[in-house]
Amino acid sequence: MTLDRAKLADMYYRMWLIRHFEARARWLFQQDLVRGSTHTYTGEEAVAVGACAALNRDDYITSTHRGHGHCLAKGGDPRRMMAELLGKATGYCKGKGGSMHIADLDLGILGANGIVGGGIAIATGAAYSAKVRGTRQVVVCFFGDGAANQGVLLEAGNMAALWKLPVIYLCEENQYAEFSPSRPFFAVERLEQRALGLGMEGIPVDGNDVLAVYETVRQAVERARAGQGPSFIVAKTYRWEGHTVGDPLTYRPAGEAEQWKTPERDPIARFGKYLVEQAGFSPAELEEMNQRAEAEIEAAVLFAMESPEPAIATLWEDVYA
Amino acid sequence: MAIREISYRDAINEALREEMERDPTVCIFGEDVGRYGGPFQVTRGLYERFGEWRVRDTPISEEGFTGMAVGAAMTGLRPVVEIMYNDFVTLAMDQIINQAAKARYMFGGKARVPMVIRTQGGAGRGNAAQHSQSLEMWFVHIPGLIVIQPSTPYDAKGLLKSAIRNDNPVIFIEHKLLYITTGPVPEEEYLIPIGVADIKRAGDDVTIVATSRMVHFALQAAGELEKEGIQAEVIDPRTLKPLDIETIVRSVKKTGRLVVVNEGHLTGGFTAEVAARVQREAFDWLDAPIMQVATEDVPIPYNRQLEWEAMPSAADIIQAVKSVVYR
Ligand SMILES: Cc1ncc(C[n+]2csc(CCOP(=O)(O)OP(=O)(O)O)c2C)c(N)n1
Ligand SMILES: [Mg+2]
Repeated sequence: MTLDRAKLADMYYRMWLIRHFEARARWLFQQDLVRGSTHTYTGEEAVAVGACAALNRDDYITSTHRGHGHCLAKGGDPRRMMAELLGKATGYCKGKGGSMHIADLDLGILGANGIVGGGIAIATGAAYSAKVRGTRQVVVCFFGDGAANQGVLLEAGNMAALWKLPVIYLCEENQYAEFSPSRPFFAVERLEQRALGLGMEGIPVDGNDVLAVYETVRQAVERARAGQGPSFIVAKTYRWEGHTVGDPLTYRPAGEAEQWKTPERDPIARFGKYLVEQAGFSPAELEEMNQRAEAEIEAAVLFAMESPEPAIATLWEDVYA
Repeated sequence: MAIREISYRDAINEALREEMERDPTVCIFGEDVGRYGGPFQVTRGLYERFGEWRVRDTPISEEGFTGMAVGAAMTGLRPVVEIMYNDFVTLAMDQIINQAAKARYMFGGKARVPMVIRTQGGAGRGNAAQHSQSLEMWFVHIPGLIVIQPSTPYDAKGLLKSAIRNDNPVIFIEHKLLYITTGPVPEEEYLIPIGVADIKRAGDDVTIVATSRMVHFALQAAGELEKEGIQAEVIDPRTLKPLDIETIVRSVKKTGRLVVVNEGHLTGGFTAEVAARVQREAFDWLDAPIMQVATEDVPIPYNRQLEWEAMPSAADIIQAVKSVVYR
């Protein structure tokens, strides 16, 4: 593994950025400042950060309704994200998209998606495009364990395997799909077995271990860039919070989430322990990064609050190119 | 008759429960409709009462379970499918348009596809472009489908019961912002016939035809207009297809003026369809151009003010009415 100190610090910082972003998003939703619904990524930080750490700036990702973490991990600007959550003119989508539709095409973020499974074929198309254009770019397609049951995965995955497209299907097995556990909804024993039918190997990875995710995705990226085609990775993780902010969580066994918030399992605490014990970071350095991330999110909230509403005339803009 | 006030949500729940009690072939398919009781809590208690084979929690596989309903309907069940947001119907469109809607005619009248697709649409809650559409006209366009949009708990219950008993595929579109609204619903069983409009308010000066949540906006507008001495008649078609054009035409022959309100987009929408039919059948009775009030031809934006601007409002309806009564 070839991660230098700066890279490790950046990954740790981004995990905190996501954790603090989601805490503020939750709060803003509760204040009725964020509308519609918002889905937090808390507890799953290692998946997005590990995967995006293996990508270049010009590589692509497709995201989901639970997309804040993917966006931040790929380098998204928390200020413009927060402004979008508040529907402001300075937001990524000029206030037209909201929490579920953040995109930053300049960073290769092809959009969060309100349609479960909506990014799967788009990721495949971006990979096709990269191949035709001969750019060596790769695509990471994030999707949920619930989304794995959408038919489009069979269609797109088959084409990717047929034509050796540089795409990595990265399933986030967070054990829930909306208001139900996800496990009772797939017949295979392990989700990665789905890959076999697509002509790919299914690779499980501990989704709460940021370095394991990084290494698994890095190898997949290497194969993709070498023209060896797609990969199918299943990151085993856990959704700490409700499906949306405000979800009463009546369907989740009491005490279950607490078992995932222990220092042994919390992806940030785990990575912190590694950094101190094996990478020469001091606890004070880690705490400083945590606080800096928190301050960056606070600044993002302020930026968003102080930003102007979009002008009414913008309603009719951007319908057509 | 004993009348209570219940919510739109509970009225739909009662319709499902009563029809499932009455007919063991009625089954529900959908995401989180069983153990959880429905994403909007419409199917609450049904899983406990009827069990998993009658109330099926499905994977997130809209095309799969909608198509399953078509096959089950052709072979003796009466499935009621729930598509959580009408926006997701896109994923199941082949099963609805090419399979369910066509089977009977294409097979020379031999097949029956008695199924209902329950879904909900509409904007106003900040759900943005992929969760706020009003897609009723996609279905209205297709021969072989029946399309219903109830605006009150009473209509929702009576029409859903009729829809379940109907031998055709029925698209039953609820509105996300109506679930918690309440209204009078009799204790006793009743059915509302499909294809019959309801005059929600009588008036002689102008006819307002409105659907789903827009009925409430139209009634609000009518209340305001009354203060200025304008009596509006508000008609809720309830069934968009087949459309009760007679009731609308009868009203227009009385008032001479028509405003049509629908939450779908303006272009190619319901308001254009009604306007075309009315000018054909009541041209000589019209004293003013027919006005259309509909959603702007833009995707529904997230920002609150932009969203409100995109959608029809009571003020838009008042303005349209004034323009046809020349005040
Ligand atoms: C096509 C479609 N069907 C249903 C929904 C409603 N919905 C939103 S998120 C979700 C669950 C998704 O579960 P999963 O893919 O596991 O993602 P997670 O929320 O766990 O990150 C559902 C059913 C939707 N948005 N789109
Ligand atoms: Mg999930």
